[in-house]
Amino acid sequence: MNRLADALSRMFDLGLTGELLGYPFVQQALLAAAALGLVSGVLAPLVVTRRMSFAVHGTAELAFTGAAAALLVGFSVTLGALGGAVLAALLLGLLGQRDNERDSVIGAVLSFGLGVGVLLLWMNPERTANKFTLLVGQIVGVSSADVTLLGVAALVVLVITALLYRPLLFASVDPEVAAARGVPLGVLTPVFSLLVGTATALGVHVVGALLVMALMVTPGAAAIRVTASPLKATVLSVVFAETAALGGILLSLAPGVPVSAFVTAISFGIYLLCRWIGGMRINRLTRGSAAATA
Amino acid sequence: MLSHLRTRKNPPSEEVAEASESPPAVRLRGARLSYGQRVLWRDLDLDVAPGEFLAVLGPNGSGKTSLLRVLLGTTPLTEGSVHIAGEPAHRGNERIGYIPQQRSLQDSLTLRGSDLVGLGLDGHRWGTGLRGRRERAERVHDALRSVDATDYAKTPLGLLSGGEQQRLRVAQALVSDPRVLLCDEPLLSLDPSYQHRVSGLIARQARRTGASVLFVTHEINPVLPVVDRVLYLVDGRFRVGTPDEVMNSETLSELYGTEVEVARVGGKLVVAGAEAEQQHHVHEGGWT
Repeated sequence: MNRLADALSRMFDLGLTGELLGYPFVQQALLAAAALGLVSGVLAPLVVTRRMSFAVHGTAELAFTGAAAALLVGFSVTLGALGGAVLAALLLGLLGQRDNERDSVIGAVLSFGLGVGVLLLWMNPERTANKFTLLVGQIVGVSSADVTLLGVAALVVLVITALLYRPLLFASVDPEVAAARGVPLGVLTPVFSLLVGTATALGVHVVGALLVMALMVTPGAAAIRVTASPLKATVLSVVFAETAALGGILLSLAPGVPVSAFVTAISFGIYLLCRWIGGMRINRLTRGSAAATA
Repeated sequence: MLSHLRTRKNPPSEEVAEASESPPAVRLRGARLSYGQRVLWRDLDLDVAPGEFLAVLGPNGSGKTSLLRVLLGTTPLTEGSVHIAGEPAHRGNERIGYIPQQRSLQDSLTLRGSDLVGLGLDGHRWGTGLRGRRERAERVHDALRSVDATDYAKTPLGLLSGGEQQRLRVAQALVSDPRVLLCDEPLLSLDPSYQHRVSGLIARQARRTGASVLFVTHEINPVLPVVDRVLYLVDGRFRVGTPDEVMNSETLSELYGTEVEVARVGGKLVVAGAEAEQQHHVHEGGWT
């Protein structure tokens, strides 16, 4: 408890925060977080609409497995996470095409992947602190090469999402008519899983595998509470994700608390606020339409 | 094999008479659809004239929805040919508008009517769609206005009544100015008063734009006032004709192969004897 009080007392130590901002590793972490916030913010409303929260979780666990394998053989952790996430996306796409089966397939794959990851970490002779960060994230580990890789991956995901956006949205919110209009649902589903997998892998480095949902799911869930416009929801979701990712890092600097604690707290705070605002909004709208039809 | 009642084409109104030069909106020739041993229908010849309203009736599993999928190009015919407005049916046909059941929108809070209609216009297109946004907005607005839905175009869909949702569905299907409107049980789960209003709206809008309507339904009464012809499918057999030609005791008894009684009660058609097959209105499968 003392440790927490001590940390919180330093949270708004602007001098220390400012000093830390001068370090390249902090700047790199902020850049990585900004890229991650942008990508996850754009994808999150679609993830929520498509009911893929659990799939994101499963993908993140396999990204962790990939990262753990990379760490063991001395390979790039980011590339390892990407490999794991892509494998997960393909597996979930192949095994879980049927809606009623998807849930259990994810559960089965997720737990096995996590187990393999733990084994890989155990086999690793390195210090444990380094391994722990794969699950809960760290910012000191982001190198400039990582930032470049994250930036390129984020750009690729964003460009593909922009080009596919209309059919993707159509297939997500209105699958029956989308299919009738010739939107290839069977192609879009695995493609979207790959996009989500890539974004998730990026997240493993910043917030860690266990907490990726705070950026890949929560901002989207919060945004669709307060607006029914897909465009506004996407913009809000990006704002929420950036606030959580960048704000989390800034607040964690001075107290030296793990980044993910703040990222998830901010994300959850925004979610609660949006639920509250959304509840009032629905009340107002239903009263309005009841009055209109009466 | 039964002899098929082939009726002459009867354009329903003068507005479409001038379009009689153009090819039929839908043309099926010697069409057969079967899954393994099971034949849904065979030797189906059908011309639907521009502007014509055709009700597709029959018990569950008779291949009504499958017929729509053949026209949409998502299910290939086992045998025969199918043309839409003169060209072979294919997936993603821009000449077709589609109206599904109402329940598909029941609890959707992440979309507004204007978004739904917009997706009907360009939701199937790749690319960013940043160009032509103004024209897009105008077309969406026109479509919304034509079904009197501008008042609630910005309300989350899940908060609207079933009738309002289906109005938006009509706008969504018509916004791309299709030649053929395919409706798959659009009245299911609607209140009776809404059923008449929605079917009337579909018929009026189709007449206005010259689009033909293929209207799959298990209940003919709500559409009876607007129907030009009926396609009745039963167990691989079928009949095409005006409601009077098809919806009578003799024809339906022959079609069902059992005693079926059709009576007119207060302007409504009551079909007795085919209930066993008609009771279960479980919709035939979703899109997979």
